[in-house]
Amino acid sequence: MTPTRKKRLIMILMVALGVGIAAAIFLTAFKDNMMYFKSPTEVAAKDYPVNRSFRLGGMVKENSMRRIPDSLKVQFEVTDFADSVLVEYEGILPDLFREGQGVVTIGTMQNEGLFVAEEVLAKHDENYMPPEAAAALEAAKPKYNNQQEESE
Amino acid sequence: MLASIGQFLLILSLTTAVALMLLPMIGYYKNNDSLMQTGRPLSYLLFVLLLTTFLLLVSLFVLQDFSVTYVWQHSSLALPLRYRITATWGAHEGSVLMWITVQALWIAAVARYSRSLSLSQISRVLSVLGIIATGFIAFVLFASNPFEITNPAPLDGQDLNPLLQDFGMIIHPPLLYFGYVGMSVAFSLAVAALIGGQIDEKWIRWSRRWTNLAWAFLTIGIILGSWWAYYELGWGGWWFWDPVENASFLPWLAGTALIHVQAVSERKNAFRGWTVLLAIITFSLCVLGTFLVRSGSITSVHSFAADPFRGIFILVLLGIYAGGALTLYALRVNQLKSKDPINLESKETLLLGNSLVFITATFTILLGTLFPMIFEAMGKKISVGSPYFGLMFFLIMIPMAVLLPLGAQMKWHKDKMNTAIKALMPHFFIAALLTLLAYYLFDGLNLRATAGVFGGFWIASTSIMQIIKFPGKPNAGFIGMSVAHLGVAVFLFGMSMTEHKDVEKDILLKPGQTTQVAGYDFTFNGVHQVQIENYQAQQGSILVAKAGKTIVELHPQKRFYPKQQQPMTEADIYPGFTEDIYVSLGEQINDKGDWAVRIYIKPFIRWMWFGGLMMMAGAVIALFSKRSLRLEQQQVDQVMKERLKLS
Repeated sequence: MTPTRKKRLIMILMVALGVGIAAAIFLTAFKDNMMYFKSPTEVAAKDYPVNRSFRLGGMVKENSMRRIPDSLKVQFEVTDFADSVLVEYEGILPDLFREGQGVVTIGTMQNEGLFVAEEVLAKHDENYMPPEAAAALEAAKPKYNNQQEESE
Repeated sequence: MLASIGQFLLILSLTTAVALMLLPMIGYYKNNDSLMQTGRPLSYLLFVLLLTTFLLLVSLFVLQDFSVTYVWQHSSLALPLRYRITATWGAHEGSVLMWITVQALWIAAVARYSRSLSLSQISRVLSVLGIIATGFIAFVLFASNPFEITNPAPLDGQDLNPLLQDFGMIIHPPLLYFGYVGMSVAFSLAVAALIGGQIDEKWIRWSRRWTNLAWAFLTIGIILGSWWAYYELGWGGWWFWDPVENASFLPWLAGTALIHVQAVSERKNAFRGWTVLLAIITFSLCVLGTFLVRSGSITSVHSFAADPFRGIFILVLLGIYAGGALTLYALRVNQLKSKDPINLESKETLLLGNSLVFITATFTILLGTLFPMIFEAMGKKISVGSPYFGLMFFLIMIPMAVLLPLGAQMKWHKDKMNTAIKALMPHFFIAALLTLLAYYLFDGLNLRATAGVFGGFWIASTSIMQIIKFPGKPNAGFIGMSVAHLGVAVFLFGMSMTEHKDVEKDILLKPGQTTQVAGYDFTFNGVHQVQIENYQAQQGSILVAKAGKTIVELHPQKRFYPKQQQPMTEADIYPGFTEDIYVSLGEQINDKGDWAVRIYIKPFIRWMWFGGLMMMAGAVIALFSKRSLRLEQQQVDQVMKERLKLS
């Protein structure tokens, strides 16, 4: 093998190795940080990742918010009008967090009934609804309508 | 009335832009001088038309003309004058109008300061800029017209989003747009060169200065955005890896690769194709960024009301610009084949490495930003958490930090790697020693912070050495580079410290209660109501003391804007050289006057922005490089000589 060829071969091997390592790191980091979005209906059907963070979105149910006295801990329900999930959060809620408004929370299911949120995101301005929350409400509409008919 | 004039001016602008797109290019292909000469006057006309249109919209806001839908939606009688003016670019329609006005300013500037280019060159450049202007003016006119009328006119407007009623909002978007749109100059130079099928030193030297300027604007725009988010959003964060932030960061990364590669390709006939490709990528990312911000197709705290038609419109524009340019590139790239040999052991190789690192970073972040959209198309809803971006970016920037001093140290053309490494070696130990010192001074640092602090010292130490040892009188290019690199060092240090040494505490405070955070005593003295301009606020009073000595009294506010029925948190910050004390109000917990209070200590956070300012300053200083000024004068002389010969 001539020196030039050898040099080239080494270069190619180095590049291949670099690309391989980069791809491996990329995939691992990506897999670890990919977060699913779930609606209350999906959570009720137990379709959610266990022991892993995911995003839960919908509306904050009217009259569902209550504060644990003398603490920053709050509980509220996130609903898509078909099902709702109890959410617990400790910390300061965003300015535009309100009952009857869209919300996206990030956290894990602690047990089958309680979602512990590490982060709560509300909308940014009056006209805006988080797209994920809007989609969740849209998806639950048929089911919600059925329930209404049944109860009538 | 004024609105109809605005409408009419927009149509005139579109016509002018179409003429600018067609006439000089036809002139170029038909070799018709008088057609090619229309380029400059058309550029000036376009700028005058769009500036008038923009000022007209501003005056509609100042005059409170609520018959104009856009004014009605984003202003109100109670809105102070300064925010009425800035409301012009506070929402979608106005900000796109500003986009094209700024672009027209760039086009006019290119037309004015291009004496060193031949007529055939400048007519191609202006024509390509005309193509971009045409697309975006059409977008304003057909998909986001700010001059639409509401009938009957409402008596009062709906007011501006309170978050945007702020000083940061006045300057952040214009500067960011100057950067975004400025990259269209580098793009059109690249495309014009591809159309002509040749590219030479002076061409690249000329485009390099424009790219530098656009990059400087982009840098300051991003810094201001970060600073604004920090104090205005009330969360105390400075970067969230939010899709919209990424949208401005992606062209910055690609632009950084571009300005470094241009340093090589202006000196010798090498990496020409790569330079052209990077210019195309950078501007395409600017258009992609506009798409991400404006289409609302990605979940982001920034995405305001979404409109799919707008998204599709910009996507089509992106397809035309990027697709067209890349096709042209594929057809013509062989003609740009580099002729000068590159030695493996030279500055050129390291600059090429720099561009590879930055492009890798660009695509890693691009993937993370776009993946949720791709998944959504497959019916799955996911998002990519910020730890992904943080980790990937950290890993990719390691080779950048390690190799930066080597790249600055190596000589052009041919050098010995060993000699350069030998010269840098002492600074490796100096940096290690300083890092060790910092480690003990700040009670230990975690792995990433240690690496970041070391990177900062390593770059700073070597840059200072290179300045001291520079043979002869340093030129502006070298000073600019050194200032920018020192900025990288300051940024790295600030970022590492603030990311890993900050203290954040959400806490419940009763009136009169004192709490200790990071050695400071915070005494909460309750909240009282104040009325200011167009909002009411509950203003807290928090006394900060250390070892019994009062430092400052902070007044964070919880504002309420009655017009929008919207509360807003206004943090109060005690800025310092080595740390910021940041206090904001959460909400009232009970009727005894207890409040949720957020207390942050942010060490060295200002260093980060200051580092960014240094990078920007470096790029601006490099513009005054005598070398390029002298060469430009030579070119002007040459062009003049040719013209004399012809006549």
